[in-house]
Amino acid sequence: MGYSIAQKIIARAAGRDSVTPGEIVTCSVDLALLLDSGGPRRIWPRLKELGAGVWDPDKIVVVTDHFTPAVDAESAAILQLTRDFVREFEIPRFFDMQGIGHVVLTENGFVQPGMFACGGDSHSSNGGAFGCYMVGFGAIEMTGVVVTGEIWLQVPETVRVNWSGAFGPGVAAKDIMLMLCRELGINNAFKVIEFGGDTVAGMTMNERATLTNMAAEMGAETGIVEPDDTTLAAIRAGGQHPDAAALDWCSDADTDYEAVHNFVATELAPQVAAPHSPANSGPVGEVTNVRVDQAYIGACVGAKLSDLHMVAEVLNGRTVAGGTRLLIAPASQQVIVDATTDGTMKILVDAGAYLLPTGCGACAALGAGILAEDEVCISSTNRNFKGRMGANSASVYLGSPYTVAASAVAGQIADPREMLV
Amino acid sequence: MTSISGRAWVFGDGVNTDVMAPGLFFKAPLEVLAAHCMEAIEPAFAANIVVGDIVVAGRNFGVGSAREQAPMALQHLGVGAILAESYGRIFYRNALSFGIPTLLFPQAGEIVAGDELVIDPLAGRIENRTRAKMYTVAGLPEHLMAMVSAGGLMPYLKQRLSAQGAS
Ligand code: SF4
Repeated sequence: MGYSIAQKIIARAAGRDSVTPGEIVTCSVDLALLLDSGGPRRIWPRLKELGAGVWDPDKIVVVTDHFTPAVDAESAAILQLTRDFVREFEIPRFFDMQGIGHVVLTENGFVQPGMFACGGDSHSSNGGAFGCYMVGFGAIEMTGVVVTGEIWLQVPETVRVNWSGAFGPGVAAKDIMLMLCRELGINNAFKVIEFGGDTVAGMTMNERATLTNMAAEMGAETGIVEPDDTTLAAIRAGGQHPDAAALDWCSDADTDYEAVHNFVATELAPQVAAPHSPANSGPVGEVTNVRVDQAYIGACVGAKLSDLHMVAEVLNGRTVAGGTRLLIAPASQQVIVDATTDGTMKILVDAGAYLLPTGCGACAALGAGILAEDEVCISSTNRNFKGRMGANSASVYLGSPYTVAASAVAGQIADPREMLV
Repeated sequence: MTSISGRAWVFGDGVNTDVMAPGLFFKAPLEVLAAHCMEAIEPAFAANIVVGDIVVAGRNFGVGSAREQAPMALQHLGVGAILAESYGRIFYRNALSFGIPTLLFPQAGEIVAGDELVIDPLAGRIENRTRAKMYTVAGLPEHLMAMVSAGGLMPYLKQRLSAQGAS
């Protein structure tokens, strides 16, 4: 029996020939992502308590995103502490107010096939799109990583999810994930979701990252896509030089998957997840007469350049409905530059979109754009738990950038396909 | 580690970490954040929990964000142990790393709010005193016993670092 790419990477990181699902191993970490939220502010006091330093500053990447820009004394202090930490431990790769960590990491080509990486944030699975094993941990465990360079793992099972065929107009990777949260559930702890098939092979890296990002919503250990030439081109575009053997990291033809699921993309309709769970999803047509106060384009999953392109496709020549506000928080500074250069930004603001700074923004109710009591929002973010984006009584629906944009134009949740014909 | 006894607080499936540690109170001190723990689904929880009480829940307890403030808030409020049918993976790891006994309990549905429970986390014994019932579940995984017994990852790292320093 063969092994999945995830099992091969874990075995390599654990210094073993092979590993079996269920066994406990200790892995050495190739890259650790620390964010302002659960990074230095929680780790540094613990390092002081332990009298310890960081195991390898060259393997750490620090990004500020959750509390940027500072809006009050507390967020300013958190950002200051993060900058002080980077100086104290001489960490070369520091990205201050450059965008959301998961996106900054991939834009710079830092995550590469075969790596064993971890991040102090649940959406660290985002990096798995690049054929690495990247997984999220809490700040307490990231403290252990920063001190020892190691983490324990129970070797997960791998579930293979194949998609074939081309999307219809107005359908995107986000719709795949909202549908999978419903079909495969959100209780996939200790499982890796490996995405494949010709639909995935034809996707840009941004769209593949949407898949692995939201493996977190499925409750999975992480998500992963086997690397190909598209992967290597994106890493090179980020200024890095992938290993010549990078494409050797793939699953064996006779991999012993826990399950294999096959879906057809051609048949997929745009999906919307109703409050308060990503699994509470269905075709957009089933959600009728839902008036929208706020349409939100943001987050690591839903405000990359490709996402803004989807929004612009819908908004081109249209305007946001009266009584509805469309907020856009691009996923990185690079996205702002690129969308300005290629003309996308003009389409967005001409349509009446309100532009926010890059960062996590309203996604987790930490930045600008949070919801008031009883408000209704449709969002391109990844989670719609009660209270996630502000008031407990607010209702958050999740959709693709296409669907969010169409809903902003209609003033109610709307099917983007009607605006793309 | 000795046994733990307390009253049960019972929750359903899919209680997420945003509910345990709402983002709106992220910048506030832990005691403020903890006062809003579970507020969106059980407003009486933070005000009425007693030190040693036990959280009992259904499937996927702690799904969602990696925020360690979720188990920290529970610990701050005095939660003695957590019993659930299954867990969100980061929450499960975080809770153990804070030294909170966190056990898989397939029969969680048989516990009623307010039941008096006594738990031996290492042996995996759960006694429901109110209903005179005993359960045996998987104890803490062996590789984690040392860490949880030490009181969590921090005391465990201290032991490890001082052992290294001595050698
Ligand atoms: S954008 Fe949202 S989901 Fe992504 S890292 Fe920030 S808070 Fe988390």
